[in-house]
Amino acid sequence: MSTFLGMPATPPRSPYGTGNLRGDRKFPKAAHDELRNEQLRRNLGKATRTIRTKRLGVTGELPDWEQLRDAGSAIKTDTMNRLPELLEQLEQKVTEHGGTVHWARDGAEANEIVARLVRATGSSDVIKVKSMATQEIGLNEHLESIGITPYETDLAELIVQLADDKPSHILVPAIHRNRDEIRQIFLDEIPGVDPDLDNVPAHLAAAARAYLREKFMTTKVAVSGANFGIAETGTLSVVESEGNGRMCLTLPDTLITVMGIEKVLPRYQDLEVFLQLLPRSSTGERMNPYTSMWTGVTPGDGPQDFHLVLLDNGRTAALADTIGREALNCIRCSACLNVCPVYERTGGHAYGSTYPGPIGAVLTPQLAGMDAAEDDPNSSLPYASSLCGACFDACPVKIDIPSMLVELRHQHTEQSGTTAEKLAMKAAAGVMKRPKLFAAAQKAAALGRIAGGRDGTISHLPAPLSGWSDSRDTPAPPKQTFRSWLASAEGAATMSAAAEEGARHTADDHEEDR
Amino acid sequence: MTTTARDTVLGRIRDALALAPVPDTSVPRDYRTGRTLPDEERLALLTHRLVDYKAKVYPCTRERTAEVIADVLRERGARRIGVPAGLDEQWLTAYDGEVRQDSADIPAPSLDALDGVVTASAVSCAETGTIFLDGSADQGRRALSLVPDLHVCVVDLSSVVVGVPEAVARLVPERPTTLISGPSATSDIELERVEGVHGPRTLAVVIRTDA
Repeated sequence: MSTFLGMPATPPRSPYGTGNLRGDRKFPKAAHDELRNEQLRRNLGKATRTIRTKRLGVTGELPDWEQLRDAGSAIKTDTMNRLPELLEQLEQKVTEHGGTVHWARDGAEANEIVARLVRATGSSDVIKVKSMATQEIGLNEHLESIGITPYETDLAELIVQLADDKPSHILVPAIHRNRDEIRQIFLDEIPGVDPDLDNVPAHLAAAARAYLREKFMTTKVAVSGANFGIAETGTLSVVESEGNGRMCLTLPDTLITVMGIEKVLPRYQDLEVFLQLLPRSSTGERMNPYTSMWTGVTPGDGPQDFHLVLLDNGRTAALADTIGREALNCIRCSACLNVCPVYERTGGHAYGSTYPGPIGAVLTPQLAGMDAAEDDPNSSLPYASSLCGACFDACPVKIDIPSMLVELRHQHTEQSGTTAEKLAMKAAAGVMKRPKLFAAAQKAAALGRIAGGRDGTISHLPAPLSGWSDSRDTPAPPKQTFRSWLASAEGAATMSAAAEEGARHTADDHEEDR
Repeated sequence: MTTTARDTVLGRIRDALALAPVPDTSVPRDYRTGRTLPDEERLALLTHRLVDYKAKVYPCTRERTAEVIADVLRERGARRIGVPAGLDEQWLTAYDGEVRQDSADIPAPSLDALDGVVTASAVSCAETGTIFLDGSADQGRRALSLVPDLHVCVVDLSSVVVGVPEAVARLVPERPTTLISGPSATSDIELERVEGVHGPRTLAVVIRTDA
């Protein structure tokens, strides 16, 4: 064990090139394409508006909402401080109640463990409850590669899977699709679907019910994630709406749950906080329709073979960062996505990771890193924000996402080698230290007016400055610097007028004092 | 000696905590706990919340339990129902359809042939309209209240508490526990709530106001 060596080592990130924690291009480029998709923007605008209104309604109902947020935040911080003992306690309790606990250093190891467990049952199919952790590690892709078919049973995950698409939201992975598109996907992909199926959401849900019913009744193995794992009792919990979770957690013979190590909670009592924070923040309901809680194996009720896979995959690397570790407090409610002006316009695909939106922009680089040597797409994520702070206000566990974004920007510039930006900053610092040189540079800058158009803005700069000008207009430099204006006759006159005015005000104030 | 994944992950966590220590945190629990309300207010709150989430609510007295359950089943056209082994037999004396008592050796998929199920409940939370089932003999295994399309659930007003903390305090953690707030629903299409996906599409709650 590394602790015996005395010198703590920085834990590794999720290995580069594995799982779904990295897109294939940087955020500005991906966002540029997504922004052109008017259908997507309409769908997202409508859905996020709906959910924002609902969330405000039900959080406003609770007079102790802020106290619940404080408690939730402190419980998570306390959990991270005591993570080793809590995980050992969880393992002990799950084992005592007839479950088996496995540990996975990274996604590939977790995938192998799940594949081995599925193979041991002899089943070639698994039914799945929606799970961020298994999406993060690419479990479906791995199972398919060895001939095991995973069936997603959450309606939105099913839509994404049938369309061979990618999730774009933590809570509603198919938020980028509207009812007409979903109808078409069902008509194209569900065998034996009624050809007269219309676009009424209730009818679309009924079509999914009919399709999945048979899978629930016949599949012997289920894979789930977990919202909470209680160390004190070994109880695991899945929070859901449709009942697909209950089906998967109850009907099969074998249940395999993949849980990130940060999802552990110290006490059963802590559920009283999170069962209030999570539903109201995520779907804007007072309570989600169904929550399942189980402890190991219960004879005569539910799966008699239960496995819990505890996943690291970069979580310990995040924990080793004093500021970044706060991202591990996330309970995946997705409130920050729904209030984010950037997310609302670009959608989730532009982030390239399983975790999109504001929390994704901080969690993804924490888990998978921002590798300067590889020109990593993740290095663009901390900049995918206007730092407006809406995410911080909405977060039920008070994660200070804006501060973390700023810290990650800092880390990124520190890590990156000799970029054009760095050279420019270095040159600027040199010039600013020498007054004569600075004055000369300011005069030279006035020449930049030529680059500005008639409206006085610069919309295109040559490389390496094109990165700046591609996403924003720059006002052309003024004719005159402040220093030269101040030294001119006009400047001197303005200054003496202001001084007289100031003197008059001071005299008036003294008058009033008496 | 080979290092196990367990040792590696626990070692990494200890290293991380040494590299980025954070002061110990105490948890402020200033939120509302231990709330109480008079019977009629708990009944009104629970009813409001259940109806808001499209459950059917039937208040009744202990004496009329069997009659009301029979009415609900008839109204929904349920001719064949399942019940957990420990359900009070008196509750079904007015029902003239077929009653099948559940047991662990009945394959769960065969529950699909039932028109409905009648169960008791452990605890309910008025503020959120949530019913807690804990697998006791009068509630049965989890599959029983899940597979059939109609769930008639009997709630005694004495088991209804005000808020979530009061409800969690009454639970036995080791029991398989299911929280039910209205019938199955989804918000997956345009984030609009639609009732009725995989769980029972109808939830009928019989609230016994004197029990």
